[in-house]
Amino acid sequence: MFEYDFMRTAFAASGVAAILAGTVGFFLVLRGQTFAGHALSHVGFTGATGAALFGLSPLAGLVSFTFVSGIAMGLFGEKLAERDVAIGMMLSLALGLGLLFLHFYTSAATQATALLFGNVLGVDDHALLSLVLMAVASLAALAFIARPLIFASLQAELAEARGVPLRLVSAAFLAIVAIATAECAQIVGVLLVFTLMVGPAAAAQNFSRRLKGGVALAAGLALAEAWGGLTLAFYSDWPTSFWITALSGLVYFASLAARRLTR
Amino acid sequence: MSALRFDDVTIRLGGRDILRGASFVVEDAEFIGMLGANGAGKTTLMRAALGLTPVAAGVISVLDQPVTRGNSSIGYMPQNRGGVAGLRLTGYDVVASAAVGARFGFARLDKATRREIDWALDHVDARELARRSIGELSGGERQRLLLSQALLGRPRLLLLDEPLISLDPAYQKGVVDIARRLRDELRIAILFSAHELNPLVNAIDRVLYLGAGAAVIGAVDEVVTGPVLSRLYGAEIEVVRVRDRFFVMAGDVEVERDAHRHEGHDHAHAHDPGGAHV
Repeated sequence: MFEYDFMRTAFAASGVAAILAGTVGFFLVLRGQTFAGHALSHVGFTGATGAALFGLSPLAGLVSFTFVSGIAMGLFGEKLAERDVAIGMMLSLALGLGLLFLHFYTSAATQATALLFGNVLGVDDHALLSLVLMAVASLAALAFIARPLIFASLQAELAEARGVPLRLVSAAFLAIVAIATAECAQIVGVLLVFTLMVGPAAAAQNFSRRLKGGVALAAGLALAEAWGGLTLAFYSDWPTSFWITALSGLVYFASLAARRLTR
Repeated sequence: MSALRFDDVTIRLGGRDILRGASFVVEDAEFIGMLGANGAGKTTLMRAALGLTPVAAGVISVLDQPVTRGNSSIGYMPQNRGGVAGLRLTGYDVVASAAVGARFGFARLDKATRREIDWALDHVDARELARRSIGELSGGERQRLLLSQALLGRPRLLLLDEPLISLDPAYQKGVVDIARRLRDELRIAILFSAHELNPLVNAIDRVLYLGAGAAVIGAVDEVVTGPVLSRLYGAEIEVVRVRDRFFVMAGDVEVERDAHRHEGHDHAHAHDPGGAHV
């Protein structure tokens, strides 16, 4: 399958997005903010369809919308980012707006499916370059805030007393989540971002008791699921996103069973 | 040098005076039990000393220095510790996250830091516990592990917010013993808040009682008396003493005990029906 250009690009793109998603997802699960990540992807849908409507690049629309919303969510404070009703409302509002944009943007049927469920085989070299650059910047930023982020996630009150700027850390983290979400959406679509971002990370936290090991495992699992999904899709001709969700679900439920057994 | 000094301090939260012109001094290497009804401001007082809650008037000094945020000479154990109980991470990773948690730029867990963590764990006998998953520890074991974090950075003043809450009586004694040992071995001042005096009464040097915006510090015999507590509670209080156990009564109701039945805490209290409460 590697004799095809589009397959090589797809492997590279999904690999980059998976490593970023798995790593960022680990912290998202640790903080109990997975729903916020889910909501960000829906906001991204609005950004992408809106951009398409005005003749701009959907990827740029996706990234800029999720990025700004991520920072806003973080600045509203921990409380709002965890408040599921507020996030749920924002999520449906975003999808509704996206629908409206699609309504005006008439040649949209395939575009909409690609946005909602992903189209990794459609990633071109230009998009791949953007994905790589964004992933490198995000991982560097994540490494920079990792220590205070972990401290604040595990024991917020103590971290605050030790001088960690909670709100700043939270906003910076959600901005990173926003980029990871946008990358994931390119591979599995906005509706299935959970599968690459939360699935492997949650499984890793069931398998591992250590922080560093857990982060590495989350990234590794996400990579394996993304590449496994691509391979299975190539040979079965079923959608890549389906295979990735199937693998992600399988690994997650296996991790639940493993956790039960090792207690 | 005093560990903690409140000079005519007023703290106002949501239009209510939590403290009104309160003054007291905690001396170096002194073990103080802090008591008072719920809402009397025990947590607020600690947060003010940490620079997290502003004072409306007066001056707080820590080790003769003005209050600063992130002061490394204060070790703190917040009351809300529920978050870590469900984790599968090892205790060591949790303590380590606190040791390097204030530093941006991916601080490495270097040898000196690891030595510091081991030192803190050893002081509360938690080196072995730290290898286990924090979610699998009992309440008392977890408390010890979390207490070790307060020692990181070798502080001169420990603020322990309700370390006995939701612990069985046997574990309560263990935690109080560790606090006393820390005072003796490290010559560290300890402000230990609790809603019952009896588990502390044989260990503490003095008691700090909060109520009605005032703070009264002194020996247990002087402070835990009918006249003083009547003033702090704003109600007629009688103190009954049976050997070294104290019962604070308003009419025929035991005060603290009743208060705790109505408070909005989200954890179960280990109240033994026949036990003593202050």
